[in-house]
Amino acid sequence: MKEKARSTSRVTRRRVLTTAAGAAGAAVGSGLVKGFPTIWAQNIKDVTLTHVGMSYSTIIDIARQATKDLGFKVEMAVTDHAGFVNRVTTQPDSVDIADGELWQALLVVPRGSYQPINVKKIKLWDKMTPIYTKGTFDGKQVSRIGISPIKVQYLSGAEAKSFAKEPTDWATFVPGFYNADTLGMRPDLIHRPIEHWGELFNSEFKGKAAIQDIPAIGIMDAAMAAEANGAIKYADKGNMTRAEIDKTIALLIDLKKQGHWRALWSTFDESVNLMAAGEVVIQSMWSPAVTAVRSRGIPCYYVPLSEGYRGWGNGLALMKHLNGIKLDAAYEYINWYHSGWVGGFIAKQGYYVPVPETAKNFLTADEWGYWYEGKPAKEPITDPYGKVMEKAGAVRDGGSYEARFSKIACWNTLMDEARYMNEKWNQYRTA
Amino acid sequence: MRLAIPAKAVPYLAVAPLAIVLLFFFVIPMAMVLVASFFDYNMTGIIPTFTLTNYIDLLTSRTTLELYLETLKFALIVWAITLVLGFTIAYFLAFHVRNPLIAIGLLLLCTVPFWTSDIIRMISWIPLLGKYGVFNRALLELGVVDSPVQWLLFSDFAVVVAYVHLFTLFMIVPIFNSMARIDRSLIEAAIDAGAGRLRVLTEVVIPLSKTGIVLGSIFVITLVMGDFFIVKIMSGGRSASVVMAIFEDVNLLFYPPAAASAVLLLIIVTLIVSFILRVVDVRKELMG
Repeated sequence: MKEKARSTSRVTRRRVLTTAAGAAGAAVGSGLVKGFPTIWAQNIKDVTLTHVGMSYSTIIDIARQATKDLGFKVEMAVTDHAGFVNRVTTQPDSVDIADGELWQALLVVPRGSYQPINVKKIKLWDKMTPIYTKGTFDGKQVSRIGISPIKVQYLSGAEAKSFAKEPTDWATFVPGFYNADTLGMRPDLIHRPIEHWGELFNSEFKGKAAIQDIPAIGIMDAAMAAEANGAIKYADKGNMTRAEIDKTIALLIDLKKQGHWRALWSTFDESVNLMAAGEVVIQSMWSPAVTAVRSRGIPCYYVPLSEGYRGWGNGLALMKHLNGIKLDAAYEYINWYHSGWVGGFIAKQGYYVPVPETAKNFLTADEWGYWYEGKPAKEPITDPYGKVMEKAGAVRDGGSYEARFSKIACWNTLMDEARYMNEKWNQYRTA
Repeated sequence: MRLAIPAKAVPYLAVAPLAIVLLFFFVIPMAMVLVASFFDYNMTGIIPTFTLTNYIDLLTSRTTLELYLETLKFALIVWAITLVLGFTIAYFLAFHVRNPLIAIGLLLLCTVPFWTSDIIRMISWIPLLGKYGVFNRALLELGVVDSPVQWLLFSDFAVVVAYVHLFTLFMIVPIFNSMARIDRSLIEAAIDAGAGRLRVLTEVVIPLSKTGIVLGSIFVITLVMGDFFIVKIMSGGRSASVVMAIFEDVNLLFYPPAAASAVLLLIIVTLIVSFILRVVDVRKELMG
C-alpha cells in the first residue's frame, strides 16, 4: 500500500515537472499567462474533463495539447446543434465543459444546467475582446441585432438563471471562437464584383444559388438579402414578428418556385461540394468551407459586402455538477484555453479567439500578418495540420480583424417566435 | 424438490420476458410522450399544466397537412416501386433458381450493401447523380442532352432513388420467405389443370405470398414515414417530412409540441398498418 502510494507520487512529480517545463517552453515570450499546470494536487491526474460542443470547435488536437500541458485528461465529444442543447439539459452530468453557441445559452441558462463563472478566477478576463465583455469594438457599440454576445455574457448573480444587461462578476461562459460570416462566390464563374447581400436573390443566378438549411441562420441570410434589396423592412430582423417571418418566407417560396435555389445545404461538406462542383456560384457559406474549396485549387471568394457581416460566436460554460478538484481543473482548462496555443491553432482555420495577443505567440509574423492584419502572405500559408492552402502573395478576404469586426451587421439568433419560424421554414421546404 | 408451476401460469410466464421489455422500452416511454404532449412550454422550459394547445396548433396548421401529404406521397411511390422490385426479385430467387442453396446465396448477396451504413449508401448517390456526376457525364458524352440534367439530384427523384435502394431488401426478404414455403406440387397441379403462367402467378403465387407482401409493405411504409434524414440530404433541403418537424422542435427543446406531433404520427401509422392488416389477415394466413 505504502509502496504503491510512493510510486504514484513519483510518477506525478515527474509528469508535473516535464509538463511544466514543456508549457513554460511553449509560453516563452507570451508574458501573459504561463507556467501551466498551476494545480499541484497529487490526484489531479485522475481528473478527466469532457468538453462537449459542435464539430468545428471540439477538435481532438486541442484536447491532446491540453492533456499534455495540464497534467490531467481532457476529452472532446462532438455533437450537432440539436444534440448539444439536449445533452447539456437532459444529461448534464455527462458534460463538464459545454462549448455552445451564443443563442443556445438562451435555452440552457434558464434550465439551470450551467454554473456561473467567477470572472475574478479568469486571469485574462480584462484582455478578452470587448465584443463579448463590453458589447463594443474599437470603442463603438457592436450590433445588437440577433443574439449579440453581450446579451448573454453575464448573469445577474452567483445563483442566477437569468442574464444581466450590464457586466457583473458572474459570466455565463468564457468567450470562445467567433467569426464574421458572409456570402461565398465563384469569381471564375461570376465575372463581376458582388457588393450587396441582395445578389443572393438576383435572377442572374437562377438555379445556381443556395442558402443554408438551418432555419435560425438561413433566415438571417435571407433577411440580409431582403433588406438589402429593399424588399422587406424589419423593425428588428434578429427578433422578427410573425408578419415579418411570413413576408420573408413568402419571398423565399417565391424564389424557390422560380427555380432559384439549387439546394438548401445543411452540412459544411455539402456547401463545399456544391461550390467546388460548380453546382452553385453564390451561397451562404462558413469561412473554413471557403478555405476547403480553395485548397482544392478552385477559386472561391468570401465576399465582404457593404451591408456588413453576420456574426456568430461560442462560449465555454462550466456545468453545474462540477465541484472540488474537478472544478479547479475546469477553471485551469478555460484559463489555459486563452493562453495562446488554441488561438494559434484555430487562427489557421480562419476563426478568431477572444485574446488575439496570446495567439500571436503561436503564429509566425507572416501568419499573424495574413490571418489577423490582412497583409499579403510572404510565404505559403498552411492550415492547422500543415497542409499548404494559400500561395505566397495571397491576401485574406475581408482584410484585417478590425476591418471585419467593425462591420458586424447582425448575429445568429434565436427569435421569440422561433417555433413559428421553424414551422414556416418547413412550409418553405415542402413548397 | 421440483418447483411446481401451475399449468395456467405457464403462458403468462412465457410472455413475461417480452412483456417486461415492452413495458420498459415501449409502454412507459410512450406514456411519457403522451403526457408531455399535453404540457405547456416556453423558451425557458416545460410547464407541467394540462393544455390542448399543442394539438390545436398541430391540427390547425397548414404545415402539418403539407408535411403529411409530402411524406405520404413518398411512402406511396416508394411502396409501389419496392413492391414490384421486391416481388420480382423474390420470384426469380424462389422459382427460377433451381438450387435452393444458390437461391439463399443470391439472397445473401442482396444484403451485401447492408454491410456499410445507411448514410454511406445514401451519400454515395451524390457523386453519381450530381450536375457533373457520372450519369450526367454519360448523358452528355452520348449526346442525349446538351447541358447537365438538374433533376437527378436534390429532387424528389433523388429521394425516391435512395429510399428504393435502402428499403427494397425489406420487401425482398419477407416475400422470398413466403414464396419459399409454397408447395411446388401446387404449381404443378395448377399447370396440369391447364393454368398458364399468368394464372399460376395471380391465383397461386400471389395469394400464397400475401403474408410476405403485407409484412414487406409494413416495413417499407413505416420506414419511410419515420425518416427525416434521407429526405433532408437527398432533396438538398428542398423537401421535408413529418419527422423533420419533430426533430426541429426537439432541437430547440420544445418537447411538448414534438410529443404531440409524435402521437399524431403514431396514430396515423397505426391506422395505416391496421388497414393493411385488415385487408390481409396475417395471423390467419400464418396459422393456415
